[in-house]
Amino acid sequence: MNFPILSSIIFLPLLGALFIFLSQSKTSSIKSAIYVSLFTSIANFLLSIFLWYSFDRNFTGFQFVEDKNWISGLIKFKLGIDGISILFIVLTTFIAPICILSCINSVKTRIKEFLIAILVLETFMLGVFCSLDLVIFYLFFEAGLIPMFLIIGIWGGPRRVYSAYKFFLYTLLGSVLMLIAIIAIYWISGTTDFVQILEFKIPKEYQYILWLAFFSSFAVKLPMWPVHTWLPDAHVEAPTAGSVILASILLKMAGYGFLRFSVGMFPVASEYFTPLVYTLSIIAIIYTSLVALMQEDMKKLIAYSSVAHMGYVTLGIFTFTKQGIDGSIYQMISHGLISAALFLSVGVLYDRTHSRMINSYGGIVNILPKFSLIFMIFTLSALGIPGTSGFIGEFLVLIGIFQKNYFVAILATLGVILAAAYMLWLYKRVIFGNLKSNTIKEIKDINISEGLVLSLLAIATIVFGFYPEPILDTISVSSDYLIENYKKDLAYHLMVKK
Amino acid sequence: MEYLILFLPLLGSIIGYFGKGLGDKFSVLITSLFISISAILSTIVFYNGAINNIYGNYKIFEWINSGKFIVNWSINVDPLSSVMLVVVTLISSLVHIYSIGYMKNDPHKPRFMSYLSLFTFAMLTLIVSDNFLQLFFGWEGVGLSSYLLIGYWYKKNSANNAAIKAFLVNRVGDFGLAIGIFLIFFHLGTVNYQEVFRLIPEFSNVNVNFLGLEINLITLICLFLFMGAMGKSAQFFLHTWLPDAMEGPTPVSALIHAATMVTAGVFLVVRCSPIFEFSQIALNTVAIIGMITAVFAASVALVQNDIKRIIAYSTCSQLGYMFFAAGVGAYHVAIFHLFTHAFFKALLFLGSGSVIHAFNDEQDIREMGGVWKKLPYTWVLMLIGTLALTGFPFLSGFYSKDAIIEFAYLKHSIVGYSAASVGIITAFLTAIYSWRLLFLTFHGKYNNKKTSLEKTHESPIIMLIPLIILGIGAVLSGILFKDFFIGKDSISFWQDSIFFINELSHEYLPLWLILITPIIVTIAIPVSYYYFINNPKILENFKSSYNKIYNFLLNKWYFDEIYEFIFVKPLKKLGDLFWKKGDEKTIDRFGPDGISKVVRYISNKAIKFQTGFIYDYAFVMLIGLSALITYLILK
Repeated sequence: MNFPILSSIIFLPLLGALFIFLSQSKTSSIKSAIYVSLFTSIANFLLSIFLWYSFDRNFTGFQFVEDKNWISGLIKFKLGIDGISILFIVLTTFIAPICILSCINSVKTRIKEFLIAILVLETFMLGVFCSLDLVIFYLFFEAGLIPMFLIIGIWGGPRRVYSAYKFFLYTLLGSVLMLIAIIAIYWISGTTDFVQILEFKIPKEYQYILWLAFFSSFAVKLPMWPVHTWLPDAHVEAPTAGSVILASILLKMAGYGFLRFSVGMFPVASEYFTPLVYTLSIIAIIYTSLVALMQEDMKKLIAYSSVAHMGYVTLGIFTFTKQGIDGSIYQMISHGLISAALFLSVGVLYDRTHSRMINSYGGIVNILPKFSLIFMIFTLSALGIPGTSGFIGEFLVLIGIFQKNYFVAILATLGVILAAAYMLWLYKRVIFGNLKSNTIKEIKDINISEGLVLSLLAIATIVFGFYPEPILDTISVSSDYLIENYKKDLAYHLMVKK
Repeated sequence: MEYLILFLPLLGSIIGYFGKGLGDKFSVLITSLFISISAILSTIVFYNGAINNIYGNYKIFEWINSGKFIVNWSINVDPLSSVMLVVVTLISSLVHIYSIGYMKNDPHKPRFMSYLSLFTFAMLTLIVSDNFLQLFFGWEGVGLSSYLLIGYWYKKNSANNAAIKAFLVNRVGDFGLAIGIFLIFFHLGTVNYQEVFRLIPEFSNVNVNFLGLEINLITLICLFLFMGAMGKSAQFFLHTWLPDAMEGPTPVSALIHAATMVTAGVFLVVRCSPIFEFSQIALNTVAIIGMITAVFAASVALVQNDIKRIIAYSTCSQLGYMFFAAGVGAYHVAIFHLFTHAFFKALLFLGSGSVIHAFNDEQDIREMGGVWKKLPYTWVLMLIGTLALTGFPFLSGFYSKDAIIEFAYLKHSIVGYSAASVGIITAFLTAIYSWRLLFLTFHGKYNNKKTSLEKTHESPIIMLIPLIILGIGAVLSGILFKDFFIGKDSISFWQDSIFFINELSHEYLPLWLILITPIIVTIAIPVSYYYFINNPKILENFKSSYNKIYNFLLNKWYFDEIYEFIFVKPLKKLGDLFWKKGDEKTIDRFGPDGISKVVRYISNKAIKFQTGFIYDYAFVMLIGLSALITYLILK
């Protein structure tokens, strides 16, 4: 390994944050802080695109592996990526500059600290997707909580403290169990190196309890029903950029965790607990869609719809079929783009009127035609119209689940009808009709930076709707390998029994 | 050339929308021009196919590739799709041109034209697909454009609601279609038409366990596909969106809700004839739903007063004809009726648009009347449309509708006979409501209070030209194409795009069957003139004495109310319940809030120990000590 490109990608944002931190003395340097953060995050994005470009799509296993001793003999700082993680890296580095751009309009106080928080968070999130050592993974996974906690707690809305604590309590509780499980794995297998654990094959009798421990952490983060209630509150109180990161990346860390660790390390338990996952996912899809239908707060509605969309992700992963897994990864990437865009759109309205309530709007199209067009595109992607990225993920997941269980598939497909109901109803109440109140008459249409960000996202969702090959092709070998491994392990464990 | 047919409308739509900076005229012209070119090219393709037998399948690029699930974007031209290409592009270009006049004073013309072109593009992708997924893309795409166009006047609340309703009811149908596609992929391992149709015969005896029911696989697939068709084609149970869709501008109703989109369901069934042929149960279901819809919609159309709604129910009813034609295995006749229907129904809609225009946006036929001299062209054209619709001899509807009834009869089965009788009864009802519409609109007294008779006006030439072309189509499309579509050339024309297990019989028909329909529809003319114009009192008396039946029909069999009661309200209640009682009262109360309460409670208790007074601590220590000693002693 010559150039440590993964470490560079991970720590570049941290470097930028440090730079801003050190240059903090002058008050006039807000602008330069924005430039610095924008520069680092865009540079990082380009770097990750380069990474994607030089990524070998036909290679099974991990690439760009970096392996250093950290605490000698105990923990290794091991990084590496495959076709699944590369996409999440690109997604993260793509969303970060968008968040930074968006906070120019929405964050009014302590901008520098905010930028630092975002950049630090970016480092942690990238770390999660690159780690090949359980301890490193755990550290990055949990460290991400801190900046997010601060973002909600400092720059949030009126009930920010309640939400921040709720967020913290929930996620911490799950992760404590995961920590114990990681220690147990070390005790059982003598290593925390992910690749070695895969070769070691954790004995069946341990898998169930370990799976549950990991599950409790991921289920909260994802979030699955019934541990989802922190999400709407966190979204409502978080500033726009916080919501964007939360929805588009933090939630995906859990989905990624399921895929990499739960399915990879505990195949027997994953198979065993499939009915549980199906049940919870179906409840998430139907239940939260109905709840979303009745929301009066735009951000809450989108938050609940996120829970429903993530239900498809877990369904897809636990089908262990090619289409299901491809679909759930696609769904995560696509939801990353769409939910980011939806929260940004709500942010656009909120910045202008300081209201998130649906009933304080109506007739927006009369004064914000450009915004309405773009918001329509995202509404449609969220309800999975073919030709947007949302459709491909959902459809593949449904095809996958259909091969496993008709009943679950039918219920999940019903969720698609409900998604159309709550999204279109939202759109109608906010955008269409006559201009309702005079207070919003004066507001202006989207400005250049907002327009740039939103149209970038819109183009991405449409392009990936018609031409998903770049993504599907990248995943393909890795998901094949994942399924193959899974089947092999399952067979191995069944043999051991005999 | 095939690429141009497909992509010109899309290009027009995009340029039209974003080119509005160059003026409304630019957008309007560019969209109409592109679509017209597309129509001309389609005609050439149709001609090449029908005469020179040139068909083909073109792969554009790969769409999805995930394991065995491989889907291409493609253009597949075969006899069936070439017929549909002509229908869609031709009607669409006429509607574009008509809209130039009709939407003249609308401030958002570019948007309107762009949506129309977008719809055309989606419809074309649906037609030329060579696999089920691209079909699904087009299927939802037309649903989307229909949503956008119904809600085009976004300030009107009723229009917005109608748009959402249309989309949602369609999504219920799409749900069925999606499940059908899942079933096909799961069991056959492909979604490509050709491969599916090749594999299907091997599965004719395969049963699957579906939610505890043991069902034949092909029947199951067909029923779910048909559910999709029911949604899109507004068949009984899923029809409620179509009449409401009339909130959209009239050209939209003509294009989408009469001539093209709603016929997609019929197209799907015919396209899948190689599957449906293997399931008698599915075919019978199709036929029965078609029959119910035909009678039901015609019965409701009898008493409606909104000119567009009458035609909408009439569309519903005619679609029923097409379905029961397909259900008795006469797929080619179904497509023939689709073809002729596109002309006369578009004509009727655009004609009624012309009438509405003349009355300054009045749609209630009770408020019209007596204007036939003032609107001579519109009147003649509407007359042609009405004659064609009712199946008056030698006009287009006559050939296709009678063929349906005849083929149903020749089936010599219970379903076939009942389909034939339903066809005859519905033909009579159709004649009554159509003539009622025409007479109340153009004849009798002038009844409008808002606009005076002098102010009603004939439409401009740009609106009349498309009407005249459609009028010609309504007269001639039957007689010119009957040999091709259903007559002696039909087998060589359709080739293998339509599949029959059993050859349809062409035996001798009894004379009474040939004569009965034309006689009935001809008698209906004087009868309706008598009742609706000469002696409306008789009907008024009838109305008041059979109030219940009248209201039942007027309220469309109370479908909307029932659906509101069993779906909309309970779901909203459930959503509210899950949110307030589920999330807030249960999960939060016992989850995070509960924990924090418990923690606070315990810490409050714990605080009490920390009083800061020595004697308190001493007391606690004493008690602890004595407890310990007691324990040790007892042990």
